[in-house]
Amino acid sequence: MKILVPVKRVADPDNANKVKVSADGARVTSEGLEWKLNPFDEYAVEAALRLNENGASGEKLGEVIIVSLGPDEVQTTIRQPLAMGADRGIHVKADDAELDSTVVAKVLAALVAQEKPDLVLMGKQAVDGDSNTAGQVLAELLGWPMATFAMAIETADGGKTLTIGREVDTGVLTLKVTPPAVVTVDLRIVAPGSVRNGVTPDAHKYGEGARYASLKGIMAAKKKAIDVRTLADLGVTDGAVVTYTKFERPPARTGSVRFVESAQELVQRLKTEAKVL
Amino acid sequence: MTDVLVVAELLEGASRKSTLSAVRFAREVAEATGGAFDILTIGEGAEAAASQLAAFGARKIFTAEIEGGYVAERYAPTVAAVAKDGGHGVVAATATTFGKDLLPRVAGRLGAGVASDIASVSVDGGSLVYRRPMYAGNIFGFARVSTDVQVVTVRQTEFEAADEAGGYTSAEAVAVVEDAAASRVEFVSLEAQKSERPELTEASIVVSGGRALKSAENFKSVLEPLVDVLGAAMGASRAAADAGYASNDLQVGQTGKVVAPKLYVAVGISGAIQHLAGMKGSKVIVAVNKDKEAPIKEVADYFLAGDLFQVVPELVSEIEKAR
Ligand SMILES: Cc1cc2nc3c(=O)[nH]c(=O)nc-3n(C[C@H](O)[C@H](O)[C@H](O)COP(=O)(O)OP(=O)(O)OC[C@H]3O[C@@H](n4cnc5c(N)ncnc54)[C@H](O)[C@@H]3O)c2cc1C
Ligand SMILES: Nc1ncnc2c1ncn2[C@@H]1O[C@H](COP(=O)(O)O)[C@@H](O)[C@H]1O
Repeated sequence: MKILVPVKRVADPDNANKVKVSADGARVTSEGLEWKLNPFDEYAVEAALRLNENGASGEKLGEVIIVSLGPDEVQTTIRQPLAMGADRGIHVKADDAELDSTVVAKVLAALVAQEKPDLVLMGKQAVDGDSNTAGQVLAELLGWPMATFAMAIETADGGKTLTIGREVDTGVLTLKVTPPAVVTVDLRIVAPGSVRNGVTPDAHKYGEGARYASLKGIMAAKKKAIDVRTLADLGVTDGAVVTYTKFERPPARTGSVRFVESAQELVQRLKTEAKVL
Repeated sequence: MTDVLVVAELLEGASRKSTLSAVRFAREVAEATGGAFDILTIGEGAEAAASQLAAFGARKIFTAEIEGGYVAERYAPTVAAVAKDGGHGVVAATATTFGKDLLPRVAGRLGAGVASDIASVSVDGGSLVYRRPMYAGNIFGFARVSTDVQVVTVRQTEFEAADEAGGYTSAEAVAVVEDAAASRVEFVSLEAQKSERPELTEASIVVSGGRALKSAENFKSVLEPLVDVLGAAMGASRAAADAGYASNDLQVGQTGKVVAPKLYVAVGISGAIQHLAGMKGSKVIVAVNKDKEAPIKEVADYFLAGDLFQVVPELVSEIEKAR
């Protein structure tokens, strides 16, 4: 299959409590924090690689193309999935301020028209804005079916149909989708048995989580091509439709933690002090 | 004046309680702008669901009966058509997995911008401003949407379920609009987890277990008695859900469920940012952890330091005694 995987760089999500708001409230500043590949996008890359390989022999079955929108620095972000094993990259130049999920979806739709992939496989949500929007909008713009919050993908016929388990509030909802389609992934798509492509032997066990880039992969990635485009090249010049006029930190929780000595003391305090029992 | 269309979420032919959070939002917008709100019940049992929602003050209730399980491609065209015909300025649903899946697709169809998972709404100079959590709840952003129609999903814990407003809104069936994308997707099954306990997002007490529980058996033998003596809902950290100690739909956090009960008890959970994102709005937070430095202490009101295998059974008997 030919699979397009959009990836975003985000301020280190494990330090999200260290992002700050500028004094005038106009900007979020993440100075001093590292940029990381959005974790859900990393999982999408892993799922795309698993779909497109014989996991046991390492034989490749298709092409995985990485796309990122952002300033020149996102080329570093694109190299990471290339080092994991993706084939080539596309960088769409843009200031972060020009982007929102709608612009991203329009740009991806324009790229899909050029590249004609069988599948767009992406994260369900970028963990900076936490919007959870771009994939669904993209699917509608393309007139394609979609499966969001995927935690399992199974295909047995080279990708002519995909059986996809979606993680929903009440349990697991299973869909059968005929590509081309948009699939957004949830955490558990990188569990050892979550992706089955009919080629990788069922006995093959993937590790938990996304693969690391090997040294050889990192070297190889340096030679892989990254095409550069602009928003204008792709005909998307309307700008963001969602804009932020102000940011603020949530109020801190009142008081500080009280250490209690025993279960008995805790129950007493919950009853008489906190009055929640 | 902004009119709002609320998309109701149905499960097994009935409106889910989560729908009432979107109704609360719609009422706020309608009141603040001098507009009205309508409700669309869509799916299997749409008509029956409409009568459940008749007393909440909607101007109109539209129904679209669609058989078979939920598939976004089969719902989105009808939702968009109703919004277009009705001239609604805002289309809203609660940010459950249903709302998060369907509404952005509707937005794509309407050329609308999306404000997702909002915590509150206000009006400023005639336009709506949406306050929404970002960066796992560590920042609130104030968003404006510049398109004529705006699509919004609302956080259930921030919009209290609407109460009945009296009156009776009668239902009116609308035509179901079809789209080619639907022919390439088929609903296969919904494997729902059934539980006798209160629903996680609606419970007034939640007891969650983490990796420290070590097994599904311990969830049953150690955690469950505490859950049940408190009449609580059970939750879990991602580590516990991933390890199979608890089912995935019990996960609390940035990518699980967001809860805000009056009492949240975190047992053997370290308090990673992604977990805190789902529970730090709780009124009172209790941590049970053997590590006094665990990051959960940043949000906890009470911290019982100790081995959970010893203190949880003690807690159960103390609670029983205190009754
Ligand atoms: C993209 C992404 C999304 C995520 N989303 C979520 C999410 O929605 N929800 C979520 O929960 N996590 C989420 N995570 C995972 C999160 O980062 C943590 O890995 C996870 O929350 C850790 O779970 P835990 O606290 O149970 O385990 P641990 O971090 O291993 O903590 C176990 C705790 O138990 C204590 N302990 C151990 N033994 C005992 C004992 N005998 N008695 C008492 N205490 C004991 C330890 O001191 C420790 O504090 C996400 C991660 C990523 C990357
Ligand atoms: N700047 C970007 N570049 C590439 N992909 C993006 C970008 N922003 C968002 N995406 C993709 O869209 C998904 C959902 O993002 P969002 O709707 O912003 O939460 C992400 O997981 C990415 O796959």
